Amino acid sequence: MIKVKINGQEQSWDGDPDLPLLWFLRDEAGLTGTKFGCGQALCGACTVIVDKEAVRACITSINDVAGREVTTIEGLHPNGDHPVQKAWRQVNVPQCGFCQAGQIMQAAALLMDNPKPSHDQIREAMSGNICRCGCYQRIENAVHLASTGV
Amino acid sequence: MNFIDNPKKLRGFEKNIKVEKVSRRSILKGLGITGGFVLAAPVMSRQAFAYETGAGKMPHGVVVDPRVFVAVAPDGTVTILAHRAEMGTGVRTSLPLIVAEEMEADWSRVKVEQAHGDEVKFGNQDTDGSRSTRHYLMPMRQIGASARTMLEQAAAKRWGVPATEVKAVNHEVVHSATSRKLGFGELAADAAKESVPSIEGLKLKDPKDFRYLGKGQIGIVDLHDITTGKARYGADVRLPGMKYAVIARPPVTGGKLVKFDPDAALKVPGVEKVMQVRGWPWPSKFQPLGGVAVIARNTGAAIKGRDALKLTWDDGANGKYDSVAYRKELEEASRKPGLVVRQEGDAEAALKGADKVVVGEYYLPHLAHVSMEPPVAVADVKGDKAEIWAPVQSPGGTREDVAKTLGIPEGNVTVNVTLLGGGFGRKSKCDFALEAALLSKELGVPVKVQWTREDDVRHDFLHTVSVERIEAGLDKSGKVIAWRHRSVAPTIASTFAAGAKNEAPFELGMGLVDMPFEIANISCENPEAAAFTRIGWFRSVSNIPRAFAVQSMVGEIAHATGRDQKETLLALIGSPRIVKPAVKDMWNYGEPLDSYPIDTARLRKVVELVAEKGEWGRQVPKGHGLGIAVHRSFVSYIATIVEVAVDDKGKLTVPRVDTAIDCGTYVNPERIASQIEGAAIMGLSLAKYGEITFKDGKVQQKNFDDFQVLRMDESPVVTNVYIVPPGPDMPPSGVGEPGVPPFAPALMNAIFAATGKRIRSLPLGKQLEA
Repeated sequence: MIKVKINGQEQSWDGDPDLPLLWFLRDEAGLTGTKFGCGQALCGACTVIVDKEAVRACITSINDVAGREVTTIEGLHPNGDHPVQKAWRQVNVPQCGFCQAGQIMQAAALLMDNPKPSHDQIREAMSGNICRCGCYQRIENAVHLASTGV
Repeated sequence: MNFIDNPKKLRGFEKNIKVEKVSRRSILKGLGITGGFVLAAPVMSRQAFAYETGAGKMPHGVVVDPRVFVAVAPDGTVTILAHRAEMGTGVRTSLPLIVAEEMEADWSRVKVEQAHGDEVKFGNQDTDGSRSTRHYLMPMRQIGASARTMLEQAAAKRWGVPATEVKAVNHEVVHSATSRKLGFGELAADAAKESVPSIEGLKLKDPKDFRYLGKGQIGIVDLHDITTGKARYGADVRLPGMKYAVIARPPVTGGKLVKFDPDAALKVPGVEKVMQVRGWPWPSKFQPLGGVAVIARNTGAAIKGRDALKLTWDDGANGKYDSVAYRKELEEASRKPGLVVRQEGDAEAALKGADKVVVGEYYLPHLAHVSMEPPVAVADVKGDKAEIWAPVQSPGGTREDVAKTLGIPEGNVTVNVTLLGGGFGRKSKCDFALEAALLSKELGVPVKVQWTREDDVRHDFLHTVSVERIEAGLDKSGKVIAWRHRSVAPTIASTFAAGAKNEAPFELGMGLVDMPFEIANISCENPEAAAFTRIGWFRSVSNIPRAFAVQSMVGEIAHATGRDQKETLLALIGSPRIVKPAVKDMWNYGEPLDSYPIDTARLRKVVELVAEKGEWGRQVPKGHGLGIAVHRSFVSYIATIVEVAVDDKGKLTVPRVDTAIDCGTYVNPERIASQIEGAAIMGLSLAKYGEITFKDGKVQQKNFDDFQVLRMDESPVVTNVYIVPPGPDMPPSGVGEPGVPPFAPALMNAIFAATGKRIRSLPLGKQLEA
């Protein structure tokens, strides 16, 4: 039996320990905010925060996070008012929105690590997250806004 | 010209308008509203349009009926239906916003509900072709105006005053002479009993009184849900008892399963069943490819199970498709005469007599859509009834195809449209929903079919592959006197009808025969090209290779004559006029040429605007270069300037992009800007990396590692967007797609300015590193 804390709640799994965290979250725990985009850690749509680090849930097994604390987009802030989320809305970032949970989680992790990232640091840190609609300019502006206070 | 045996197979070609009276009960039920009243108003005919659009010619035409689209609850909540699919353009906000504007509803008290797929009830729902605002600005205004008028009439009666003395203002009707007010909720019951205003008498708001339209201050309705993970896409639908499926499909289009061994797959924990899925012979429009499905308790188990399948395929007739060989065939075809699709003057003679001939052969490979949400659908089929939840651009078409595939009446099929995690044309084909329907029927439980990214890359309805060859003949003064453009590309029609080898009018009209330059001798030709895979619509479609070729050629002519790119471009566009190409069956994006002519004054205007705002001709550092391009597509006019920087090692960066768009009357400039910003990213993506290749009939790419798209660290540092203010009564035109085509040629013209290297073959790849 694998135990993992997700958004503050204890969850357990006694199936395949190799099951990617992504599918545990989406299909078993019903937390569909975390998205499937590539399955190979190439696009960042499935980004969640494990302890204080951004990880790609599609290549992280449920066993890898046993005993650790996972935060998904649903648990980032009780009212959805994390500074990154607020900045995202202020800048009107999303188009289709599908990649945005991953982008927001990546940005939140970046700001935990580096509260005042430079232009280049934002572009570098966010470059593992693909947005096919092409919202990059606004994502960059929103991360900058979140870092300076919304 | 060969096309397709039955034009009705290709949606967008049926010519009918149908409206149906819908019972009040069904509307209330449809909207999920348990109380309140629905306003009644007339069903309007096309005569009511202030300007003619092609909306009425779309399958099932237009329904202008507030009883279908608007409901007012006793608490004043106004519910407005969004009948087009949301894939990132903002349409789910923009169209209801138009209704709210005309109705004088307060947007904060408006709830938007997504319509399911029912074109008899809602009118055409094909969310493609950059058509939604273009076709629905006026109908949505009329719906809102009808509702407002009836609310005003109801208030006037209640107060016993002439209707001319009252006015709807911000969610209430006001009688200013006596300072009386009644809220929309208080009036809804009476308004529903009101006689409906005549179409002729319907008074639309003066645009100067608009609170929302043209302002760009309203965020999209899904903004909060998207940022909190609550927004529901196709993949997020979960039903009790639902099973998860992935499918192994034939690696070659039209291939067949010979045998399979499910044993290892069945041993994977969580896998419950392995079964064959019916496939259709190629081509068969959007029908599934067939294969073997692995059914499991979660998607992860299904994927792992599929990896363990042992499969033997018969590749069939397309097993020899090879992109290297095919490119040579296209190039050879482009060097010989083909079907003449536009002829003015005598291009052949003029080219022979020209002082100089500039020749360019431009190649654009297949492109995959790779929307961030791979295709996915949930189906629940019980007996002769089917319910689908899917991210589809064409819910009406999906409903038709599900009914046909299952052999049940269309009325027994419900298609629930979720948000689309990107579409770009891929999700106008509903094959994934049909797969889910087939599996659910077999299993008797709800089934979700999830495509992996590898499935998406390998089994897409790809953007065509093309060679565009242009010969421009110049006289001694450098004036272009002859233009011959041969376009060779497998046609989308080949996905509908076997053996189609010439491009359809709607492809020829995308930048080939509608070429707007003022040249005396023009020949546009379309040599044949056979298809060996599924070809489909990709955002901007044939405009991408055409703009790339035509606008790169402008750069080549500028270089050949030693003139400025922008001046050369304006000289080629020539005098302000309406271009009337000598073309039979001229495709104008389905729009009448009277409302949407090819207007070179507007084309010149966007060039001049972007040149002014984008500081054309500015000094740039060494290694930098500026490029410009303009293109009319989806009846909009767009010009782009790209600044590039290329370092000693050939590494490309894009410091700045400027784009000017004239899309006529517009609704939400903020979303227009976001579409154009995104188009620059997609344009740079395809120019830099976009290439799907085939070997032995199989796609050689699989995921974002070998089919790369642009990432943030290489995106333009800044993209500026300028919108041309519309003239009075200017019809609205497309926004979602037209931003893409001018990008690649502007980029290549900029690279030439920076390096002297002319890139005629996309993608750029490592061509600058040589």
